[in-house]
Amino acid sequence: MIYLELLWVFIQVGLFSIGGGYAAIPIIQSHVVEAKGWLTMTDFTDLITIAEMTPGPIAINSATFVGMQVAGIAGGIIATIGCIIPSAIIVSLLAFLYFRFRSLSFVKDTLAILRPAIVALIASAGIGILILSFWGEGGFTTDVTALNIVSVIIFFSAMFVLRKYKTNPIFVMLGSGVLGAVFYLLL
Amino acid sequence: MSRAKKYWILFTSCLYISAFTFGGGFVIIPLMRKKFVENLKWLEETEMMDLAAIAQSSPGAIAVNAAILTGYKIGGVFGAMLAMLATILPPMIIIGIISFFYVAFRENVVVNAVLKGMQAGVAAVICDVVIRMGTGVCKEKNVLFVLIMAAAFVLTFFLDVNVVYIILGCIALSVIVFFVKMGIRKKKANTSDKICAEIQEQKDCAIEEQTEVDSVEELAQEENQEIAKGEKEEEK
Repeated sequence: MIYLELLWVFIQVGLFSIGGGYAAIPIIQSHVVEAKGWLTMTDFTDLITIAEMTPGPIAINSATFVGMQVAGIAGGIIATIGCIIPSAIIVSLLAFLYFRFRSLSFVKDTLAILRPAIVALIASAGIGILILSFWGEGGFTTDVTALNIVSVIIFFSAMFVLRKYKTNPIFVMLGSGVLGAVFYLLL
Repeated sequence: MSRAKKYWILFTSCLYISAFTFGGGFVIIPLMRKKFVENLKWLEETEMMDLAAIAQSSPGAIAVNAAILTGYKIGGVFGAMLAMLATILPPMIIIGIISFFYVAFRENVVVNAVLKGMQAGVAAVICDVVIRMGTGVCKEKNVLFVLIMAAAFVLTFFLDVNVVYIILGCIALSVIVFFVKMGIRKKKANTSDKICAEIQEQKDCAIEEQTEVDSVEELAQEENQEIAKGEKEEEK
């Protein structure tokens, strides 16, 4: 039964990808490419590229894509459902516990200690994207010629409107996309 | 606001936010913050950070987890499922369509130019929310929090330590803090007689309910002051 197989594989992907996006890639690869042979390594690389180009979590994107390649639209839906079943159960339970017990002093202290760490994690993700956007795949260098000037201009303009006018981030992202198209295609 | 309307706003907000989470799970935090904290005022600023912490440390995608948590706050289990559905629909539909012509999409010049521009925008959106949240943490004027923030950044950014260990480390630290506080409490109980201790416990409860002081040090200070008070009462 291909549908059950898809469901089971993506339940495992959903369950074991802790820590967001990139943690899911090796797990998907070992199941989908190596164990089941549903995709070739080239297909898989394409999938990761497309997952990064489209909105939404990589795990969800991969589930829909693999499911559709293997068993059509129904396959895509079933694989995606499999992927979110672990989250739905575990996170709902955690939500219940959080809203119930967050006023306990021990839970309060734990959350207070976690908050600064989360800011640091988000900062780390943000700087990672910033470096990718300024210097490309090669990573940070002191070489000025390697710097992507268009990205630098877009970044600082976006920062300016965000800090000064508190613009909705979605409009900032859309605007950056438009600027990107204008700079790269017309200039 | 009627229930149906609330659910409808939750569903459409999550749908709209999910359609724009380019560049990894954390982009959802600034987007949700704008919508649910600033515009709708359904969540508190610190609550949003707690939800981010839980979403990050649970299995599955951060965006989906954050949506489940927000939905739960607004409409219980039904709200959570509704928010989750709204979050997975946009990527499902978009990938569903693209999977028919993905090679053409991947190699399209316009698509690539727009995405390269958006990458810089996403970086700005995340940096903005980090500045906002970071100054929030610094304003609490607690050295421990600033140290945790700096240490977590060095560990994750420079040393590539897995996020799970950082979160486990924070939980371990809070256990230590818990025992330190227990120690302070015990000392206090020894210095006062039974009645005094009861009164103080009641006071403690009242204080815990009243204040939203998360700072461990401030709490410890308050307790020290109370010990002093208790001793004075004893003298009288």
